[in-house]
Amino acid sequence: MQVEPNAQGMAMGTVSFAGVNKEICLAYVPEAKVGDYVIVHVGFAISIVSEQEAEETFEILRRMGELAELEEGPDGPAGPPPAEPGR
Amino acid sequence: MTMRFVDEYRDADRARQYLRLIARTVTRPWTLMEICGGQTHTFVKSGLDRLLPESLTLVHGPGCPVCVTPLELIDRALAVAARPEVLFTSFGDMLRVPGSATDLLSVKARGGDVRMVYSPLDAVKLAQRHPDRQVVFFAVGFETTAPANAMAVWQADKLGLANFSILCSHVLVPPAMEAILGSPASRVQGFLAAGHVCAVMGFREYEPIAARHRVPIVVTGFEPLDLLQGVYLAVRALEAGRFGVENQYARAVTRDGNLPAQALMREVFEVCDRAWRGIGVIPASGLALRARYAGFDAARRFAVGGITAQESPLCIAGQIMQGLKKPHECSAFGTLCTPEHPLGAPMVSSEGACAAYYHYARTP
Repeated sequence: MQVEPNAQGMAMGTVSFAGVNKEICLAYVPEAKVGDYVIVHVGFAISIVSEQEAEETFEILRRMGELAELEEGPDGPAGPPPAEPGR
Repeated sequence: MTMRFVDEYRDADRARQYLRLIARTVTRPWTLMEICGGQTHTFVKSGLDRLLPESLTLVHGPGCPVCVTPLELIDRALAVAARPEVLFTSFGDMLRVPGSATDLLSVKARGGDVRMVYSPLDAVKLAQRHPDRQVVFFAVGFETTAPANAMAVWQADKLGLANFSILCSHVLVPPAMEAILGSPASRVQGFLAAGHVCAVMGFREYEPIAARHRVPIVVTGFEPLDLLQGVYLAVRALEAGRFGVENQYARAVTRDGNLPAQALMREVFEVCDRAWRGIGVIPASGLALRARYAGFDAARRFAVGGITAQESPLCIAGQIMQGLKKPHECSAFGTLCTPEHPLGAPMVSSEGACAAYYHYARTP
């Protein structure tokens, strides 16, 4: 992401969408810096992606996943237990 | 080209790992609703809905802005767009939605100046560039879109643009969740809340809903792994008998949300009662322009507020959006109602549940 000034005094910037550049309004992410990843909706950045939070979410779920696989043993999952109806 | 924070959420091995985790967690039948139509499409397009345990039912919520916009508002848009002095602008999705007699693309074909825009700011630019034309923007959407439309009105006000107005039908998610949970027929036991709505609004307002109705609500993102993580967190809470709000989408959502965006929304809009297509009026579930910005109200400027409409009796969109029925349970699905000849908005919109089932061949 690159930040540029705009004629109407509204913060605008160039955001690359996997290589395609678009002019995006940055008024709602005043703390955004060049190089940040932002979530864009209808031409507005609404959130700056937190790298730390992204890694933590994955880390927690990765550990849970590994735990589940350890419990399953080397033969893989036994499939879901039968459902109890009507609870 | 690879894309950070996207590709790693589409990893097939990890998806299998989460699917196993969910399968091991679920011990009895549960029904979850994903609010957002974008999430519905990811579930159905990726086929994840068919890989989840059979005892876990996903129902599809009302989070499709095009789908919940009342027919009479579309008729009002058509009346405004047909006027010779009007340059009518809209997101692409609304252009093909049928009104009572026609649609916006047909108005354009008959010579109306109807244009698709990417952002409401594009409509403001058109108003600056064409001072001799009345530029109207069709402002529909949820809390995700409201800050953008608020900014367009605020800019137009600052620029003194007398030729800009919006036809506004903004809706709010939490009152709709309350309405769904309060319905005696409701099957919903937990929610995946829409990550981008929460990026703007945060999730404080979901906490009392989760507590009052004793349901888990998981703020969830939009990639396949986001959805699987969201489902896992929801069924883990259900199995443990826990309720409350959890945040799967912490990389983009904080509890408070985007405060500058909320501030401009409050400056321009006020909460109002709003009719949802197929559902009816939900109290305090919409946003309308404040009196200070009422001059930008296209319904008032073009005196179309009195137009009313009758829905097709065949369309069961309301039941689908409340999670009471699935699209393929509709007798018109795929026969009388197709994306080419839609009876209702969920068959038109790229976020509509009926369109998702039609495009990805979900039949009984």
